[in-house]
Amino acid sequence: MDEIKDRLLKPSKATKQDQRGRMISYLSIGLIAILVISILYFIATRGLSMFFNDGIKVSDFLFKTDWNPGKKLVGALPMIVTSFGVTLLAALIATPFAIAVALFMTEFAPKRGARFLQVVIELLVGIPSVIYGLIGLAVVVPAMRIMYGGTGFGILAGAVVLFVMVLPTITSLTVDALKAVPSHYRQASLALGATRWQTIYKVILRAATPGILTAVVFGMARAFGEALAVQMVIGNAAMLPHNLVSPSATLTSQLTMGIGNTIMGTLPNNALWSLALLLLIMALVFNILVKLIARKGRIK
Amino acid sequence: MENYIAKTNLELAIETKNLEVIYGDHQVVFDSSLEFPRHKITAIIGASGSGKSTYLRSLNRMHDKTVTVNGQIVYRGVDINQPSVNAYEVRKQIGMVFQRPNPFAKSIRNNLVFPLKENGITDKRVLDERVEESLKEAALWDEVKDDLNKSALELSGGQQQRLCIARALALRPDILLMDEPASALDPISTEKVEATMRKLRRNYTIIIVTHNMQQASRVSDFTTFFHQGRVVEFAPTQELFQTPRVKMTEDYISGNFG
Repeated sequence: MDEIKDRLLKPSKATKQDQRGRMISYLSIGLIAILVISILYFIATRGLSMFFNDGIKVSDFLFKTDWNPGKKLVGALPMIVTSFGVTLLAALIATPFAIAVALFMTEFAPKRGARFLQVVIELLVGIPSVIYGLIGLAVVVPAMRIMYGGTGFGILAGAVVLFVMVLPTITSLTVDALKAVPSHYRQASLALGATRWQTIYKVILRAATPGILTAVVFGMARAFGEALAVQMVIGNAAMLPHNLVSPSATLTSQLTMGIGNTIMGTLPNNALWSLALLLLIMALVFNILVKLIARKGRIK
Repeated sequence: MENYIAKTNLELAIETKNLEVIYGDHQVVFDSSLEFPRHKITAIIGASGSGKSTYLRSLNRMHDKTVTVNGQIVYRGVDINQPSVNAYEVRKQIGMVFQRPNPFAKSIRNNLVFPLKENGITDKRVLDERVEESLKEAALWDEVKDDLNKSALELSGGQQQRLCIARALALRPDILLMDEPASALDPISTEKVEATMRKLRRNYTIIIVTHNMQQASRVSDFTTFFHQGRVVEFAPTQELFQTPRVKMTEDYISGNFG
């Protein structure tokens, strides 16, 4: 009797394990927090030094269109427009395809077909972006040149390459969203005499909407941050694009092109850090967007 | 609120004093003081949302870190509702069986061996003995003795639930908490689980939450009626069902409630 009472009151191996485990996880969390904060701090100080030390106005950076840091001209609007251009265009083309493929995989395909598609999609994710860029350069750019004239480099070529790159991301997340729709929704709808199409369109897609939107935003985040493949097909001319097939530059491509050719601490270098800061802020915005969508769309 | 709590003069297994359970700013159990006699079956009845399951789960500290539990839970002279008390040891003494059968995705044998090994019992002879004893106590041995290595998930719902009872018994607990153990089962399986409980009464104290008043009257020695998070009545089962002292209990068991 008293032995059990004793055990109740004393810490055991299990409770000590608990404490140790908690310590390890706090340590890990602390380490990651330090890492994130130092990255943010580093990029922020570098990215902001152009505004504080070189006397550049933030509005000039965001809204002027001339980019020539050597001559103190740091209007980033062309890159901002191009980055958003390729991202939105790629997401716009990719989303319907992704939803169609995901619907096929979850609602129509026999098990084996779905598994085969799954493998194909995973393969697409695994292909290195330089390969996408090469194919873009060898196939997409010449095709654009033949169809629209000019050099073929530009937003359209970038968007086509990015479309292939974000398709697997959006598809697999959409598949997850569709799979998460409880099967009793399907049954309830079918039992009311709804056709398969009505069930899919009015019930399943509606229930999965927050998940699908999240998938699209994730795809956009990936497209926005992609540097290498885009750089190979965009043309790399830091000027405001006047149409979809004129050479331009994205934030990321400008960054990778320029960072090796500038000297630390000079204005041209600082200007690139400011582009990096802008990218970081956009990444944050995409993240917050995903959270907001998830919260708003949660089924209550 | 009017209430009646019978005195029993029996040896107690566990008691609560002014227990209250609060989810955030929503209180579910109010000021509940109850005494559970040792080696008896006590049934807790009440409508959905009366706080009976919540009350039960507080008895072995299942609410730790999620819900606020105030008041005392006295077990072996110790108030176990304190952070300094080792919750793991509490749960070894006070086992639990849940509403839905929840065997692990392991073989029948390993479902029972797993908790034992985790608690440091490794002697194969002892393990085998415990497995057989526990399965016999839960009245499952004859049905599964020939294929103990079959996956537990292949058993029927009733068998799975009795396996879960056996699993809880394998650790040789003192008290067994059962949260509507038969509500997901068909009548035949329910009967088997009830027979198991009646047999277990000799060695264990059982506290069972149930929706089913017939079940309470069939298996339990004492019954307590919960309403809106409060204890309304506690009495020997026969008395409570035949001559309820409180009007509300009478209304509930005769079915003209609310």
